[in-house]
Amino acid sequence: MSNARLKIVKRAVHEIKDGMNVNLGIGIPTLIANEIPSDYNVLLQSESGLLGIGPYPLEGEEDPDLINAGKETVTAIPGASFFDSAEAFAMIRGGHLDLTILGGMEVSEKGDLANWMIPGKKANGMGGAMDLVSGAKRVVVVMEHVNKKGEPKVKKECSLPLTGKEVVSRLITDLAVFDFSSEGMILKEIAEEVTIDELKKKTEANFSISPDLKTF
Amino acid sequence: MTKGKIMTSIDEAIHDITDGATIIVGGFGLVGIPELLIQGLRNKGVKNLTLVSNTCGVDDWGVGLLISNRQVKKVIASYAGENKTAEELFFNGEMEIELSPQGTLIERIRAGGAGIPAFYTATGVGTLVAKGKEHKEFDGKTYILERGITGDFAFVKAWKADPLGNLVFRKTARNFNPLAAMAGKITIAEVEEIVEIGELDPDQIHTPSIYVQRIVLGDSSLKRIERRKVRQV
Repeated sequence: MSNARLKIVKRAVHEIKDGMNVNLGIGIPTLIANEIPSDYNVLLQSESGLLGIGPYPLEGEEDPDLINAGKETVTAIPGASFFDSAEAFAMIRGGHLDLTILGGMEVSEKGDLANWMIPGKKANGMGGAMDLVSGAKRVVVVMEHVNKKGEPKVKKECSLPLTGKEVVSRLITDLAVFDFSSEGMILKEIAEEVTIDELKKKTEANFSISPDLKTF
Repeated sequence: MTKGKIMTSIDEAIHDITDGATIIVGGFGLVGIPELLIQGLRNKGVKNLTLVSNTCGVDDWGVGLLISNRQVKKVIASYAGENKTAEELFFNGEMEIELSPQGTLIERIRAGGAGIPAFYTATGVGTLVAKGKEHKEFDGKTYILERGITGDFAFVKAWKADPLGNLVFRKTARNFNPLAAMAGKITIAEVEEIVEIGELDPDQIHTPSIYVQRIVLGDSSLKRIERRKVRQV
């Protein structure tokens, strides 16, 4: 894992509280599962039809009928349940999930999220992401602050097709943590090694700074 | 064993599928896909199919076999990311892909099977998905109207069946299958094991027999794993 990703994962795990039902998206979010404190009773939900995802199986114990939403072989913890896809999305759409943590391509200052397609280049598809952002009680997005070319991914307006409009509650990057509300985008935490000036240069979106700004 | 709805071969099970048919196919990625029925359809060569499936499979497996063989006119799916051929055909305009959010897609299939022509959902409001669809406000929140889906046929994969067509699925291989079974005019179940009538506990049946018209034994399926992940001891 790169240092940037590790920083994001270590910060993002604090969003998960004991007793929560949580859906972790594909990519960086999946890595957060390993960091959840072992004494927490957290049930991880998967669109593939599982509430109670366990760790990856031991070699030789992989079950081709048991996967997570990223189609990786997984296990089920004691107390887990299996269900069909309509039920999986009734949980999601019906507001039964406490939290979803998703990856992002772009986030706008209004809390719009784009993470499912690049026109003319990649069709990909939204999978369950649009349902998750419209249904979960709280939507946290994790992503690297800039793209591979060093360009900002936190923008005034998303240039890519949206997954959801004004749906992000909190954005966690390797440089900062932002919250979104009717007053706009607020910087809540900044990475220890980063200055506000540096952050502003790498962020296209306008943001205000919380009076009790913390470092992480 | 009682014959019931049991077919003697894959070919018999799909004998009446013709060009232009709409087929709803169960599965999540490569898990719980009716792989022998898909291969049978590839060998049969029928064309201009409309497929309704969670994903486009991969280039050489799942419904991807039918896409690579140019048998598909249109796919309705939530994800096409693992299949390069599908993406190419889509961008060349040779095949249509209608992307539907996964929760909306499965509810459209469930609704179709349950006799509900359309329903409102908040999923996709403010995105490309909402374009051209009726918007309506309920209790201060905006929703869009989505249509139910039915198929001429549905292909499903189950773990166990009895000759009447009662089905039991296994773990996350259940996924789209019970809903697809409801929405097919003719639902064909490929199953790993067929047991006698009365052996399945009625309390444990996932899909009641009424939704299933044909059963075919598929005990030679490969169950390919898309992403094998293991942990160290």
